[in-house]
Amino acid sequence: MANLTIRNLKKVFEGIEIIKGIDLDIKDHEFVVFVGPSGCGKSTLLRLIAGLEEVTSGHIHLDDKEITDMAPAKRDLAMVFQTYALYPHMSVKKNMSFALDLAGVAKSEVESKVSEAARILELDHLLERKPKALSGGQRQRVAIGRAIVRQPKIFLFDEPLSNLDAALRVQMRLELARLHQELNATMIYVTHDQVEAMTLADKVVVLNGGNIEQVGSPLELYRHPVNQFVAGFIGTPKMAFLNAQVKASDAASVTVALDSGPVYTLPLDGRTVKVGDVVTFGVRPEHIQVADAGVSEFSVKLDVTEHLGADTYCYVKAPNGETLTVRASGDYMGRYGQEVSLVPELAHCHLFDAEGRAIPKPGAPAQAA
Amino acid sequence: MLSLKQTRHLRTVLIGSLAWLVALAIFFPIFWMLLTSFKTEIDAFTSPPQLFFAPTLENYIHIDERSDYFHYAWNSVVVSFGSTFIGMLLAVPAAYSMAFFETKRTKNTLLWMLSTKMLPPVGVLVPIYLLFKDFGLLDTKLGLVIIYTLINLPIMVWMVYTYFKEIPKDILEAARLDGATPGQEIYRVLLPIAKGGLASTILLSLILSWNEAFWSLNLTASGAAPLTALVASYSSPEGLFWAKLSAVSTLACAPILIFGWLSQKQLVRGLSFGAVK
Amino acid sequence: MSITSLQAGVNTASDMATGSAGPKLQKRRRSRVGLAMVSPSVLALLVWMAVPLAMTIYFSLIRYNLLYPGDNEFVGLENFYYFLTDEGFVAGAFNTLWLVLSVLAISVVAGVLIAVLVDTPFFGRGIVRVMLISPFFIMPTVSALVWKNLLLHPVSGVLAAVWRFFGATPIDWFTDYPLQAIILIVSWQWIPFAVLILMTAMQSLDQEQKDAARLDGAGPIAIFWHITLPHLARPIAVVIMIETIFLLSIFAEIFTTTGGGPGYETTNLAFLIYSQALLQFDVGMASAGGLIAVVIANIAAFMLVRMIGKNLTDKA
Repeated sequence: MANLTIRNLKKVFEGIEIIKGIDLDIKDHEFVVFVGPSGCGKSTLLRLIAGLEEVTSGHIHLDDKEITDMAPAKRDLAMVFQTYALYPHMSVKKNMSFALDLAGVAKSEVESKVSEAARILELDHLLERKPKALSGGQRQRVAIGRAIVRQPKIFLFDEPLSNLDAALRVQMRLELARLHQELNATMIYVTHDQVEAMTLADKVVVLNGGNIEQVGSPLELYRHPVNQFVAGFIGTPKMAFLNAQVKASDAASVTVALDSGPVYTLPLDGRTVKVGDVVTFGVRPEHIQVADAGVSEFSVKLDVTEHLGADTYCYVKAPNGETLTVRASGDYMGRYGQEVSLVPELAHCHLFDAEGRAIPKPGAPAQAA
Repeated sequence: MLSLKQTRHLRTVLIGSLAWLVALAIFFPIFWMLLTSFKTEIDAFTSPPQLFFAPTLENYIHIDERSDYFHYAWNSVVVSFGSTFIGMLLAVPAAYSMAFFETKRTKNTLLWMLSTKMLPPVGVLVPIYLLFKDFGLLDTKLGLVIIYTLINLPIMVWMVYTYFKEIPKDILEAARLDGATPGQEIYRVLLPIAKGGLASTILLSLILSWNEAFWSLNLTASGAAPLTALVASYSSPEGLFWAKLSAVSTLACAPILIFGWLSQKQLVRGLSFGAVK
Repeated sequence: MSITSLQAGVNTASDMATGSAGPKLQKRRRSRVGLAMVSPSVLALLVWMAVPLAMTIYFSLIRYNLLYPGDNEFVGLENFYYFLTDEGFVAGAFNTLWLVLSVLAISVVAGVLIAVLVDTPFFGRGIVRVMLISPFFIMPTVSALVWKNLLLHPVSGVLAAVWRFFGATPIDWFTDYPLQAIILIVSWQWIPFAVLILMTAMQSLDQEQKDAARLDGAGPIAIFWHITLPHLARPIAVVIMIETIFLLSIFAEIFTTTGGGPGYETTNLAFLIYSQALLQFDVGMASAGGLIAVVIANIAAFMLVRMIGKNLTDKA
C-alpha cells in the first residue's frame, strides 16, 4: 500500500510563499507527474514529500502514518535526482547497496537485492565500475537501481531525464514506463517537459506559481483544460489564443466575434458570460485546417512553413497581427506570403473568460481549479 | 617564404627553446646548491666555480658533524605535522559547517578569517614573545605548533571550504535519504569524495609550516629550532661551510620540493584563497 | 580549549544519529551543530588576533624596556614619536616600500610573460613548469644563503665568474648593492608564485575567444593586449594582494644575509621592529612600531578584501 495524502501544504522560504496550500491525493500504483514551468514549485513539492525541505504548515500522510516531520530516511521513499547524485567514490554495487548497508541489512540479502535490481536494469556487467566510467544513460540506471533496492513505497524522480541527449531520453522514458509496470510501484515524477508528462503519467498535476492548476489524466488535460494556463502548457505546438468578444450566449452555445474577423458559434455552456464580454478563443494547431483563399471568412497570410515529413506546421498571421500555428498534412505546399483561409473544428475549440477560466462544455460539471 | 606549417613549427621550436632557457635560469640556484652539496669545502670555494669535480658524499655522511641535523629535522617534522594535524581538526568541521549550513554570517566569517592573515607578524611579535616567555613556551615545539596552526588556519579553512563547495548538495541529500546520519554523511560520503582536496590542503599546510622562518627564528633557540633556523645558523661568518650548508639545505628542501611538484595544480587554489582554480 | 569544544560538536552529532528527527527538528539541530563546528576555529583566531593586539596597544603607550625593569609608566604617544622620528624608521619605511614595489613589479611582469610563454605546447613543457615553480618551495633561509654564498659571492660566486668571463670586475653585491641583492633574492622566490597562479589562470582562457580574435585579424600582440591581459586581470590582482601581505613582512632573507646593514640600508620595518624588541629590548617602542606596521598592512588588507573578497565569495 502507498497512498499519499497532502493537505493544505505550505512552504515559505525567506518570506516568499513557494507552495501556497496544496491538497493532493496520490493512490497506490499511480504514476503521477508534476509538471509546470520553472519556478512553479514542482521540485519544492517533491522535496517536501521527500523530507529534504522543512514544511512550513500543512500535513503529509503516507497511508495512515503522518510523515510531515519525519526524517527523510524513515519515510520509505527513494529519490532519483536530476544530477543522479551517485557517490563518485563507490562502485555501482556499493552505490546501490549503501542504503541497505546503513540500515544493517544482512549481507546475503543485500547481495540478492542488488543483483535483482542489476538484472532488471541490465547493469550486471557494470557492478564493479565507478560512476565516472559510465555513460549518462548507465548512470541514470544506477540512480534508479539505488532506489529500487530499497523497495520504497514511493519512488520520487526529480527531472531525471533532463541531463540526457534527445535519443537517450526517449529510450529512458520507455524504460521508466516499463519499470513502472514491472515493479507495480507508486511513482512521483517531476518534469518541465510536457511530453514526458503526457507519455508517462496516469495522473498529471499541473503546477503554476505554487498552486495546482489542474489534476487529471493526460487526455483530460488535453481535452478539457480548466484554464488558459493549462491549455497553453499541454500540447505541442502550443494552442493559439485569439482575442474575441461575446456576441450571443445561452446554455448550449456561445457566439463570438474574433478580433481578426470571423464570427463562430461554439457548443459551450455560455451561462457564465454575457454579450460584450472580452474572451480568448483557443484552438490547437491540429484542430484547424488550411484552405485556399476565400474558402472561409477567416483569411490569413502564410508566414513560414516547416516540413516535418508526416506533418507540416504552418505559421500564419491574421490581418490584425495575431499569429497562430496550424498543422497541415505532410504534402501541404504553401508559399511564404500566400493568402489562405482557415477552418477551425469548432467542437474542439475553447473559450476562456477574462480571468483565464475555461468556459465549460454543456452538461460538464465545472471543474475546480 | 615559409609555409604555414613550417612557420608554426619554427615558432614552437623558438618558444620551446626560450621557455627552456628561462626555466633553466630560474632553476639554476637549486641545481647549483645540489651540485655544491657533493663538493668538498675546498672545491666549493674554488674560484672560478667548478662545474666538473670529483663528487663526494662526505657532506651527507657527516651531516651531523657541525650541528645535530637530525635533531632539527625531527623538530621540523613534529612541528609541521603537528600543526597540520590540529589545523585540519579545526578547519574541516568549520569548512563543512560553512559550506553546507550556510547562514547570513558565513560570508563575513570567511572574509574575517582571511583578514587575520593580514595581521603582520611583527605587529604581535612583542606580546607573543612575552606571553611565550610567561607560559614557558619559548623554544618549545608546542609553542611553534600553536603558532603555525593559527597562521595557517585561515588558508586551510578557505581551501577545504572551496573543495566542499564543489560537492553537489544532491549527493549529500541522497545520502540522507539513504539513511545516513550526519556522522555517516561526513565519514562515508563527504570525506572520501573530498580526499584529493584534503590531501592538497594538508600538503600546503606542511609546505608553509616547514618553510616558515619568522616565528621559528624569533621564538626558538637550540631546543625546538626547526631546519629553517638551523640553516640560518650557517649565516655566521666563522669558517667556510658552503658544501655542508648545501647538503643540509638540499636535505631540508627536498621533501617539500617534491610535495610542491606533486600538488602544484591544487595548491593554486589555497595560495590564491580560492580565487584561481 | 578548541579541542574540547570540537568534541562537544561531535557529541551533538552523535546525539542526532540516535534520534529520528524530522526536517524541522533536524534543521534546528543542524544549525546548532554547524555553529559548534565553526566556533573552535573562530574562537582560536579571535584570541590570536585580539589578545596580542590589545597587548601591543597597551605596551605602545607605556615605557617598557626589558633591560631597565621598573616603573612601566604611561607615556602616551611618546613611543610613537620616538619610533617615527628615529632615523631607522625613515630608512625602514623607504626600504619596505622599495622592496615591495620592486618585487611586485618584477614578479608580475615576469610571471605574465612566463605564463604566456609556457601556455603553448612544446617539448618538455611539464618539466619546464616544474623547474619554474620550484624556487617557491625553497625555505627562505636556504634561498637567502644559497644566493649569498654560492651565487652572489664576489670571489667564488657563480655571478662573479660570469662577470670575469666577460672581462668585468665582479660586483660585491652585499657591500655595494645590498638592497638590490635582497630584491633579487626575494624576486627569485616570488616569480614562481606569480607563474604558478597565472599559468593556471591561463588554462581557463577560452580558446574560442582567441580563435575568434584571430579570424578578426588580431596578431599575437593584439591578442595578448586585448584578450590575454584582460583575462589575467583578476589573477594578477590576486597575486599583487597576496604578495603584498607577505612582502611587507620579509624578515628571514634580511636576517640571514645582511642583518639589516650596512647601516640601515637593508632594514625594513619588520626587521626594525625585531631589532628594537629583541636586540634592544625596547618593548614600548617596538610595540608602537608594530602598530604602525599593522596599520600599513590593514590598508593593504582593506584593499584586498575590497578588490578580491567580493569575487571570492561570489564564485564560491
